Amino acid sequence: MTLRRTEILLALLLAAALILAALSTPWLRFVLTIALAKGVAVLGILLLLRAGQVSFGHALYVALGAYAVAFLAPSMPEASLLLPAAAALAGAVGLLVGLFVSRYREIFFGMLNLALSMVFYSVLEKLYHITKGTDGIRVPAITVLGQPLEGATYGWAVFGIALALAFLFGLFVRAYLASPMGQALAAIKTRETRLDFMGVSPRQILLSAYVLSAVMAGCAGALIAMATRHVTPLLAYWTASGELVFIAVLGGAGGVLGPFLGAITFELVRVYAAATVADAWQMILGTVLLLVILFARGGIWGLVASWLGRRRAA
Amino acid sequence: MGEWFEQNGALLGLALLDGIASAALIFMVAVGLNLVFGVLRVLNVAHGSFFAIGAYAAASLGLFLASAGLPAWASLLAILLAAVLTGLTLGPLIERFLLRRIYAEESVLQLLVTFALFMILEDAQKLLWGVQPVSFSGPVSMMGTVDVPFAGDVIPYNTYQVILLPAIALLTLVGLALFLRRTLTGRVIVAVTLDREAATAMGIDAGRIYLLTFAFGAVLAALGGALSAPTASLVPGVGASTIVLSFAVVATAGLGQIEGAALTALMIGIGRSVAVTFEPELEVVVPYLIMVAVLLVRPQGLFGVPETRRI
Amino acid sequence: MSTLLEARGLRLAFGGVKAADGIDLSVAKGEFLAIIGPNGAGKTTFINMTTGYLRPQGGQILYDGADITGRRPREIVRRGIARSFQLPQLFSEHTVEENAALAIAARDGIWSPLRPLLRPAWREEARELLDRFGLLPIADRRADALNEGTRKLADIAMAVALRPRVLLMDEPTSGVAASEKMAVVETLARVLRGAGVTAVFVEHDMDVVERFADRVAVWAQGRIAALGSPAQVLADPEVQRNVIGIGRPGRAGVEGPAHA
Repeated sequence: MTLRRTEILLALLLAAALILAALSTPWLRFVLTIALAKGVAVLGILLLLRAGQVSFGHALYVALGAYAVAFLAPSMPEASLLLPAAAALAGAVGLLVGLFVSRYREIFFGMLNLALSMVFYSVLEKLYHITKGTDGIRVPAITVLGQPLEGATYGWAVFGIALALAFLFGLFVRAYLASPMGQALAAIKTRETRLDFMGVSPRQILLSAYVLSAVMAGCAGALIAMATRHVTPLLAYWTASGELVFIAVLGGAGGVLGPFLGAITFELVRVYAAATVADAWQMILGTVLLLVILFARGGIWGLVASWLGRRRAA
Repeated sequence: MGEWFEQNGALLGLALLDGIASAALIFMVAVGLNLVFGVLRVLNVAHGSFFAIGAYAAASLGLFLASAGLPAWASLLAILLAAVLTGLTLGPLIERFLLRRIYAEESVLQLLVTFALFMILEDAQKLLWGVQPVSFSGPVSMMGTVDVPFAGDVIPYNTYQVILLPAIALLTLVGLALFLRRTLTGRVIVAVTLDREAATAMGIDAGRIYLLTFAFGAVLAALGGALSAPTASLVPGVGASTIVLSFAVVATAGLGQIEGAALTALMIGIGRSVAVTFEPELEVVVPYLIMVAVLLVRPQGLFGVPETRRI
Repeated sequence: MSTLLEARGLRLAFGGVKAADGIDLSVAKGEFLAIIGPNGAGKTTFINMTTGYLRPQGGQILYDGADITGRRPREIVRRGIARSFQLPQLFSEHTVEENAALAIAARDGIWSPLRPLLRPAWREEARELLDRFGLLPIADRRADALNEGTRKLADIAMAVALRPRVLLMDEPTSGVAASEKMAVVETLARVLRGAGVTAVFVEHDMDVVERFADRVAVWAQGRIAALGSPAQVLADPEVQRNVIGIGRPGRAGVEGPAHA
């Protein structure tokens, strides 16, 4: 069996395990919903990493999606409308910002994204009369396909949507990476000018991936808003962007399961660790990030893949 | 306009002075960031953390000296000492044991490594100095105020910020320019910046130059931070906003531009303080608006030279 | 034969160095034109201007009757002028096959996000192309794991995959082992003639020039010093003294990368 087919099998197993975990321990359902949502956002980071670019500002799009839900929910309290709306808004802003940042590479790309997300953060924080500042906004009750749901049922519904979106985007990104557009991303990293001499605009290739990453981050934000029912400017803060990059590297950029493995590990550890070591949380993340980069570059997925490779070889 | 000026002239003058003072500090960080990038080709995301740690170290040392009963002028010594100590410990340590391992790597990994470092240093500050504001205003009150004439009016402003800070920034600018042009080490640094392969092929010890440049940049950033300590109470998060702000300066000025960075720091510093005075909501946004506007028109920055990709 | 590519009074100087000092040259449809000359004469600069990498300071470049002076590389490629590079420009993380397939995709439609790059049609074409260049045995090798001669061929194969009408090659045989040189050029000539491609190539090896060029242009200090059939030009004593000594083994002169 090839690794690509094993990947699908593993994804199904992982989904089953998540469902079982959520069934056995109710509070895990919420944690895993958030993990799946972040995994979707990290898929976009993975696309950009393929092109050798890293954005320190993608929390901007997560926050956009989340605030879109918070602002639209009172007048349009339906998940199947809110999600596309959030995705469309994030995609539109992603296109606008992308037209600007896709001209830049490496540190400029990373820092311009960071700067723009910090601007958005301070807008959310300062425009109190619109955004209620750091207090944030409560998201009212939302129907799912017209059904008003309560408590656990609602939680399950959001979990289900998150899982479905994770699968959908996972499969899409998997196909995208194998496609000419995805392969050209890696070409940007290694020999960008050659693309130009083949008649292809590297900028448009990067822009497409960027918009896609913004859409996915927007969906993730919408899911987070639906799950937590409360949005604050912290969603856009640099530490949130840093988390996405962290998860991408921890999970491994080699395959689409990486972001989800990374996100689940991250959220589970955080539940236990963040409360006890709140002041050292970023420090722990930074240290793990360094260790992964220096000693286990493929991340969790890299370890899984090499283990599978050894088993097949044996 | 005339009427507006009548009412707000003094405010505007105050904003300009604030801007000059903060520009002096931003410049200290940005110029080091720029220099380090030129030589190491690594844009160090943790560079802003040197600023923050320098600030906390200066405050701690200054407060300690004051409590030990030393005279007020000792607090100025504390600032200098804290900056040098911070820069010369963190700089060489980080270059030697971390950056040196990744020079040959893809740039995205280098970026991630300095970002990881940034995360670690941000929390290190919280662990060492807590999250409560730390205030250390000794040097400012010690130096008193001067009357600055502005548009037929007189604005009293503290000497520390309006005289000392710009003077030190100017000294740094002139000193650095002379160092790079007149001394052997300075010329070697410029040579490495312009063409690393050729410079190392000519037998330049790149490792030594990297270490030296990085430590020097760290000291400058820490000095900027230490000098900022008396002007505002210190809170966590200074590192993050400093790196983004000084990056904005470097990007707006253009990579490798030292005098350009000084002018841009002034522009952004004043832009921001004018915003603070008249439209406080815009404070954080203004530097980036300036940066984005400049980059849209001139992607290589105001003073930068356009670079074509090599084939 | 009709003219396909024409340069009129091209000028470009770097600082004080004139890399092109009024270049007039026309290339006929289907011909193989060799450019020879000492390093720094402006040979690569001519290719760089024609393919849009450098913008000339004066003069015109006409292709198929249309003015393409100062157009962007992308646009010029799409019109049918491809190039290969003195230092091979491969996508080092991709295999040779994927490199070729990317070039085919660039020609046939890169904007398909869901179908794989190595779809049957493109894969087949890529393998057929690599076969013509004798690269099929290493199709699955990563591009950064090849030797210089093979990289060179793969680089040219990618340009050919674009199905250009004009192909500009910057030292196609440099880096190729001496023993394989003729075989490589033989292959190249067959592929290009078979596809009816007009070729302009910078070359230091006079044996290659003699055997494959229809015409030879001699570059010297940004000007064309001589132009004619290989027999004619290579027999010119002036040319022999200044240029040929550089390329023939066993004679005086140093061959090195020519950066203009």
